[in-house]
Amino acid sequence: MAVAKESAAPALAPNLPETPRHQYLAFVVMVAFFVVAPFLVYPLFLMKALCFALFACAFNLLIGYVGLLSFGHAAYLGSAGYLAAHAAKEWGWPPEMAILTGTATAAVLGLIVGALAIRRQGIYFAMITLALAQMIYFFCLQTPFTHGEDGIQAVPRGMLLGILDLRQTMTMYFVVLAVFLGGFLLIYRTIHSPFGQVLKAIRENEPRAVSLGYTADQYKLIAFVLSATLSGLAGATKALVFQLASLTDVHWTMSGEVVLMTLLGGLGTVFGPVVGAVIVVTLENYLAQLGAWVTVVQGIIFVICVLTFRRGVVGELGNILKKPL
Amino acid sequence: MSTVFGVPTQALFGQLLIGLINGSFYAILSLGLAVIFGLLNIINFAHGAQYMMGAFVAYFLLQWAGLGYWWALLIAPIVVGLFGIVLERTMLKRLYQLDHLYGLLLTFGLALIIQGLFRNQFGSSGLPYSLPAQLTGGQNLGFMVLPNYRAWVVVCSLFVCLGTWYVIEQTKLGSYLRAATENPALVQAFGINVPRMITLTYGFGVALAALAGVLAAPIYQVNPLMGADLIIVVFAVVVIGGMGSIMGSVVTGFALGVIEGLTKVFYPEASNTVIFVIMALVLLVKPAGLFGRER
Repeated sequence: MAVAKESAAPALAPNLPETPRHQYLAFVVMVAFFVVAPFLVYPLFLMKALCFALFACAFNLLIGYVGLLSFGHAAYLGSAGYLAAHAAKEWGWPPEMAILTGTATAAVLGLIVGALAIRRQGIYFAMITLALAQMIYFFCLQTPFTHGEDGIQAVPRGMLLGILDLRQTMTMYFVVLAVFLGGFLLIYRTIHSPFGQVLKAIRENEPRAVSLGYTADQYKLIAFVLSATLSGLAGATKALVFQLASLTDVHWTMSGEVVLMTLLGGLGTVFGPVVGAVIVVTLENYLAQLGAWVTVVQGIIFVICVLTFRRGVVGELGNILKKPL
Repeated sequence: MSTVFGVPTQALFGQLLIGLINGSFYAILSLGLAVIFGLLNIINFAHGAQYMMGAFVAYFLLQWAGLGYWWALLIAPIVVGLFGIVLERTMLKRLYQLDHLYGLLLTFGLALIIQGLFRNQFGSSGLPYSLPAQLTGGQNLGFMVLPNYRAWVVVCSLFVCLGTWYVIEQTKLGSYLRAATENPALVQAFGINVPRMITLTYGFGVALAALAGVLAAPIYQVNPLMGADLIIVVFAVVVIGGMGSIMGSVVTGFALGVIEGLTKVFYPEASNTVIFVIMALVLLVKPAGLFGRER
């Protein structure tokens, strides 16, 4: 009884009917933007935005479509970055293997953390993921291969598949774009598949989904691992882009940032996390000189979003256009 | 020098004491979280920031008004508690109809704002806050020297925790509170002003955090980020204990502090993570927490 009451609480995002046509259009606009943008804007900045966009999309898969708030997603971003950087630098592996190593690390961590965290629901889930991520942070802080405060620096980008020279900024950019689009489409495919429908059913009413014979825990765990894996993909790619893996990416502030991006862009919208990531990264770029004011501004955005702007930018836009984006 | 399990007794008891001190803070903070969660169904992420504010109010009182530790112990919880009441009235109360996660997100944002503002003003290095004159020095217990102030912290927090337990479990006011936790609509129907009770409860929980901050000020320095990492550990404590029982959170808080202290003696590398490991084990064995019940 108590469980039913818990899950019947208003979900974080409205359940949207599927109308793909305008979403194709939005997708084309997004791709066009990212193809043209590097010729107008500093590519390194765009690559950062793309990595965070993928990270936010992966996070959104959990909060937006399963209703699980993970407050420890930095752990997958950061540890994947470390492993990718270590593989590329210390073991001399080519970039594709380095990225795979990082991504696989995140998948394994996601499996362990996910299996523990799905044993509780709602607010406890958030606290457990946060606490376990903090444990991973302390591990990264203490273990020698991460080089503590210095991080792993001067990571070689190398030759992708032996043919693409990633030291060329534009080559790197389009590889990052391809990685992002691959992850984005995988998430899009997932949430519009029968599997994704079951996830939404669990979000709306878990006991009912269970009573219909779905093993909710398995679905949640698969979604969690997928989300962690894609976050890892983002982190590993980011490590190669910046040739650096550092503690910043494992810290809880990073977990908070991805929540902010998704919330600002629109929880449970397809394009929201991308828009949110671009806005937040741009904002941080301009506020970087102001030190701790960045945190204050982030906090203010959180408060405004939660109090008055719960649909987020894309959610509001979709509401005005009467079309889910 | 005598040893226990190959560890000098002095070091062992020293760390045990530090563990007890940390445990006191875990206990007060997780108690505050549990009280707030019970009635508001909100996890107060700003708890760490409010703990820090308590320490800062003590610092301001000393710097600007010349009021010392004992006044701070009284005034800081009231000031910060009132601040909490303002937050509840202006922001949190708008969220009660929504998914509980929004409360977590809002208070997370508030924590960022508060910590950011203090960091802008005071930097990240700590400001010293001296021990009250009455509690300097220590007692020689033969096997170790017990600093008076640390003994005071443990006693004081035990007193606060037991007092809170008594009020909630044994008084009429507490019975209203417990009833409102179970069924607010029914309690309201009996003519009890539930919204006001919710406001005061939040204020009280926040005041507890501030009190812990004042107690902590002379031990750790007064630092804008002193509550930022602590709150995550307290979350783990809350998951381990479960928020169902007041006594549960107190006992869990002290016990985990002691375990953390002992880990520092026997396996220092794990001292940061031992609480999280325990949390993982508890989740495997008893997902609802040691004293919790499935909700």
